[in-house]
Order: sequence, then structure tokens, then C-alpha cells
Amino acid sequence: MNQLTRGLLGFSAMAACLIAVGVMQSWTLSFTIINMCLISAVMALGVNIQWGYAGLFNAGIVGFTALGGLAAMLVSTPPVKGAWQAGGVSLFFSLLALIAVVIAVNALRRYIPAGRLRSVGTVVLIVGGFFFIRYFYAPAVDAIESFDPARTGFLGGLGAPILFSWLVGGLFAAGAAWLIGKISLGLRSDYLAIATLGIAEIIVAMLKNEDWLSRGVKNVSGLPRPVPYEIELQQTPWFVERVTNFYAAELPVDATARAAELQQKLIEASSLFVKLCYTGLFLSVLLLVLWLAYRAQRAPWGRMMRAIRDNEDAANAMGKDVTRRHLQVFVMGSAVVGIAGAMMTTLEGQLTPGTYNPLRYTFLIWVMVIIGGSGNNIGSVLGAFIVWFGWVQAEPLGQWVIDHGTAWMGDGHTLREHMLENASHMRLIIMGTVLLMVMRFSPNGLIPETNRQ
Amino acid sequence: MSTDTINALVLFANFILVPGITYGSQLALGALGITLVYAVLRFSNFAHGDTMAFGCMFTILATWWLQSMGVSLGPLPTALLALPVGIAMTAALVLIFDKLVYKHYREQKSAPVVFVIASVGVMFVTNGLVRFIIGPNDQQFSDGMRFLVRARDFKKATGLDEGLTIKLTQGLSVVIAIVAMLMLFYFLQRTRTGKAMRAYSDNEDLALLSGIDPKRVVMITWLIVAALTTLAGVLYGLDKSFKPFTYFQLLLPMFAAAIVGGVGKPLGAILGGFIVAFSEILLTYAYKKLIGYVAGERPEGLVQLLSTDYKFAVSFMILVVVLLWRPTGILRGKTI
Repeated sequence: MNQLTRGLLGFSAMAACLIAVGVMQSWTLSFTIINMCLISAVMALGVNIQWGYAGLFNAGIVGFTALGGLAAMLVSTPPVKGAWQAGGVSLFFSLLALIAVVIAVNALRRYIPAGRLRSVGTVVLIVGGFFFIRYFYAPAVDAIESFDPARTGFLGGLGAPILFSWLVGGLFAAGAAWLIGKISLGLRSDYLAIATLGIAEIIVAMLKNEDWLSRGVKNVSGLPRPVPYEIELQQTPWFVERVTNFYAAELPVDATARAAELQQKLIEASSLFVKLCYTGLFLSVLLLVLWLAYRAQRAPWGRMMRAIRDNEDAANAMGKDVTRRHLQVFVMGSAVVGIAGAMMTTLEGQLTPGTYNPLRYTFLIWVMVIIGGSGNNIGSVLGAFIVWFGWVQAEPLGQWVIDHGTAWMGDGHTLREHMLENASHMRLIIMGTVLLMVMRFSPNGLIPETNRQ
Repeated sequence: MSTDTINALVLFANFILVPGITYGSQLALGALGITLVYAVLRFSNFAHGDTMAFGCMFTILATWWLQSMGVSLGPLPTALLALPVGIAMTAALVLIFDKLVYKHYREQKSAPVVFVIASVGVMFVTNGLVRFIIGPNDQQFSDGMRFLVRARDFKKATGLDEGLTIKLTQGLSVVIAIVAMLMLFYFLQRTRTGKAMRAYSDNEDLALLSGIDPKRVVMITWLIVAALTTLAGVLYGLDKSFKPFTYFQLLLPMFAAAIVGGVGKPLGAILGGFIVAFSEILLTYAYKKLIGYVAGERPEGLVQLLSTDYKFAVSFMILVVVLLWRPTGILRGKTI
């Protein structure tokens, strides 16, 4: 079976599943799943750029996702003027202090020759600089966080259109990736994995605790949307007209019954319409990234990346700067993950730092990439669809299996109750098993990489 | 010495020294497991934290069973009696995973990063098993005597303002960790199998040539790792509490400890464990009272360098410093 048939088969099966959900459960649910599938697909593409093109293991996807989410919030929420007045100036000074310390450390390390003096000087500068920054930073944070803490207590954002934040999210993630790649690339291959695991945990901890920036676990909700609101749609004449015409045959003749029925249909249709708008947006991003990745892969650059991945020493001998290329591809992949993170926060309409869980993001995305076929972009997209669909539907399925499998124990049996209660954790076991099975028995994944010379 | 100085010393011992040594020995045990897997099997085991949780979980289950039978160890926690159950179950788990997962990649001579991803799969499954069996919530399973030294008694006996508390679990952590480490080093340095293990770790081909059975070396490594991780998990759980997600998060400090000391070097793992533990505590401790005793008056504010929410950032910072300054670690471990 060649790539094309495999791809067509996989995507048709996926479409059939989603249509089945639409018919049997509801179309709104079907499109909710599709939207998350699309976002996961963009993330999986980002990871595939790192893993498939260069063999880099990024264990910090959750951190880059969270940075994207932070960008969405920072770009779209209106600024909190009072908080800026309360602590803006001293926060600005602490930023200046930070820059001064960084410049001082750099100058010291440039102009003083390596030796004890330089090491001690660096440590002294960093420790002293820490207190210097804190001198401005701590009062600024206190002032900002105590400004109307029940409703704001943070600086807010720019109040710009939220779509703009998708780019910013990519930039944020790229910046973090550059920093972490600079430190850990070029060393042992799994240092990058460990370092990314660490940075992700720190980013999530920052989002949870730096209330002045992200409101922490108090969440920022009600982010402005790039698409219309349901309530507005239900009162827009053209939308009402369309829905009335669409359901003209089904609506009852009696006036009151008709109005009630129409209202019901309007609510359903508006929610579906909003979901469709998101689907359109996400699909365009996915196609754009896919196209770019495809072009890059076929370009000389892509051949060089594959050469480096398959034999680092040979590529090095041919004069390729392996570490630099790795850094480049790592930054690009992380930027794509950041964009997806911003998209996800846009879809949810709120920033909830408490929900960034490495098992749910980092490692699930990995399952998607490996299952889809490492190195193959279409494969990653298919993997994202299958795994997300499975992740969502595995919970009711697991519940059902356990419910029926333990029915013979009779209701009220302790073991049965316990298993039913913890059924949702079954999906971790299922996902892990699937990952291990695919790696072992079909290491190329569902759609293997095309071996183009 | 003035009373203030003594008070300061007691305060230091109570909030930094004792918790640091305890946490350090727990981390060292965990990092030893990571380093052994690295030295012999040559990959960073991402499933380590969850294996720890797995061992601890079975120890807890056995403890509950023993408690329900009315068995207890008197002043010592019943969990010590249940430890062999936890170790046996963990050994079974890691051996099964080795046979089903890692063995294949060893035979294929796969790249280290493939092992790492496989260990992520193992982590997923182990994590799911733990949550499925015992649930994702906090579990307390410590019983017996709570304190070796009580703050109140200490104050009464010495007449100082500051009290010293040493929990039984803290004492146990240190004693058990020392015993386990001594046994491990005796095994590695003195016994035939231990020497075979070190030879295999140093140079696989040479070891094979001299007739060392790689299967046996791998199996024994996993058995030791199972024992060490279960010990680390149970001691940490007794001292604080058992929660699956916390054990997953311990992965970072344990990796940091193993890398700081020098990956693949058991002594380095122990050193690293204490470095990470003490840095975490020193950087997140609020020095207000301590400065008060030393300088004569208490400063405003808590004088805390970092909030405790960022304690994982400390392991990360140590990791970054080591990667920048000496990527092979303090004791010059392996590089690939």
C-alpha cells in the first residue's frame, strides 16, 4: 500500500468517525472535536519538524503551548490602567535593571580573561543583580496585584485583535526555544529532553504564580473573540433568515410553537456557526504551516536536515554546522507549537494556567507524532486526528467496557465501584500501550516518510 | 557563644540542615537509579518518577493490608514491613517492561533518543496504572512514632527560644539511605557481579569479550534500580505524602542530581542529590528570623530569595549552570 492510499484511507476513516459522532451524538460535539484535532495537528506538525526533520526530542511542549496561551491573553485583553499607574513605573525600572545586569555580566565575561576573577565576578554580579532587580520588582508586583484583585490585579494586555496574538505566541515560543536550545544543544542528545522538561515546568509555574502578569490560578476569562458571538448571531437578520429558510419545512405552522422551535434551532445553529468559523481559521493555519513545511522539506534545506539527522558526523564533515541547524529547526518547531497554543487559548476564550498538564500536552502530542509517522507531515496530522479523537472518546468507552465487564460483580461491589471511579485513567494506559506498540511493530507509523533523494 | 548565635544555629538546623539531609538522601536514592540505568542501559529513563510511584503504591497497599490484619512495627512505620512487597512488584514491573520494550531496542542498537521515547511510553502506562489502582489523590500511610526530637522537649531541655524537630521519618530516610548506599557500593566494588556491571558500563564490547553475560547484567541492574526507586519513593512518601503527580515532578530534581554529579557515576548521583536538595531549601527559605538572630534585629519582609512555588526552578537553574560550565558534571561522567 503506498503513501497516498494509506493517507486517503486514514483520513476517510477519520471523516467517517466524525460524521458518525455528528449523526449519533451532535454536530456541535463533532465540530468541537474537529477544532481541537486541528489545533493538535498544528502542534504535532511543530513537533514533527523537530523530531522528524532533525531527530530532536522536545519534552517541553506544554511550556511552549502555555507561552502561546499567555501571548493570546496579553495581546487581546484591554490594559488595566489603574494597575499600570500603580506599578508600571517601578516595573519598568526593574526591566531596566534586568537589562543592566545582563549587559554588565556580558561585559565582564568579555573583557576579563578566564580565571578565578571572572568566575567570582560573574557570581557576585548575578547575585547582586538579583537583589538590585528585586528592589524595583517586589514593590511593583505588590502594587499591581493589590489593585482591585477581585476583578483585575494584573496589568492586562494590549487590547489588540486576538488573531494578531497567534504570531506573538509563535515569537514567544521561539524566544524561549532559542534560549534553551543555545544551552542544551550540541551536548548529549537527551540533555535537550531534560532541559525542555525543566523549562516547561518553570513556564507553567510562572503562569500560575506571577499574578501581575497572568492573574495566576484566578484565570483570565472573557478574551475577545475573532468570530461573532452566539447571542449577536441570534439577533442578526440575515442569520435568522437563513436558519428560517433552512428549516422552513420542519417548522410547525402554529405561531407560538413555531417561534419556540425557531429559537431552539437558532441557538443550535449559532453555536455550530461559531464552531465552523473557528474550524475555517484553524484549517487555514494548518494548511499554511503544512504547505511551508512541505516546501522546506523538498528544498535543499530539507535535504540537508535529513542528511544531518541520518548521519551527523558525515554532515559535519561536509561542512554543515550541525548544532546551528539543530538550533534553527528547534526554534522553528517550537514557534509552531506556540502558535497552536495561542490558537487553543483563543478557542477557549480564557487563559487557565492551572490546566497545563504535561501528560495531557507534551506526551499526548508525542503519541500523535509517533503514531502518524515520524518525518511525515500528513502522517502527523492524521495522527493528531486519530489520537485526539481517541483521547476524547476513550473515556466513555473505558467507562462502558468497565461497566459491562464488571457487571457480574453486582452493583455496590467495592472493586467495581473503585474501577468505575478511576476509569478515566485507563486512557493513559491505552495511549501508552498504543505508543509502545506502534514504536515496536510499525516504527514508521501510519504513513511512513517518503524516501525522496 | 551567645544565646542568639545558638538560637540561630538551632534554627538553621531545624529548617535547613535536617530537611536538607532528609530530602537529599531521598533524591540521592532516586538519582542513583537514574544513573545506574544510564550507566548500564545507556538512556535517560523518563519513567523513573512513575516507577517510584508504582513501588510506593504497592508498599502502601501492603501497609493497609498489614494494618487491617493488626500487624504493626511498634514505633516504626508499618510500611517498612511492607517494603519487600513494593520492591518485588516494582522489580516485576521493570523486568516485564525490559522484556517487552527495551530489549528489542537493545538488540536493534537503537539511538539513545529512541529509548527515551520508549521510556515515555512506559511512563504513560505506569502512570495510568498507578492512578487507576490507587487514584490521583494524596495518601498518608505513615504510622508509629512521629518524632525523634520534639520542639517542645528540646526547648525545655535546652532553655532556648528555638526548637528542634526531627521526625522519625527523617531519621529513617537518612539511616536507610546510608545503609542502601553502603550495600550498593560494596556490591559494585567487591562482588564479582558488581565488577561485571561496572565493566559492562565502561566498555560493552570488552566486557562481552571477557565473557560477561549481558542479560544477567541488565537483569541485575533492573533489580537494583527497582529496589532503590521503591526505597526512595517510600521514604519520600512517608516523610511528606504520596501523590502520583508529585512523583512525576520529582523527575526533574532527580535528573538534575544525576547530571550535576556526573551521569553514570553512582557517587556523583549522591553528591548531586544533596546539592540539589540544599540549593532548593537554601534558596526558598525565608531568612527573616535567622538574620534577626545574627544581626540583632529582624529585617522587614521575609528575605526569601524565591517563593517555594519555584522550587523546581532551582533544579533547573543548577542544571543550566552545569550544562554551561561543565556538561559532564562535577565528577566527569559520560558523554555521548
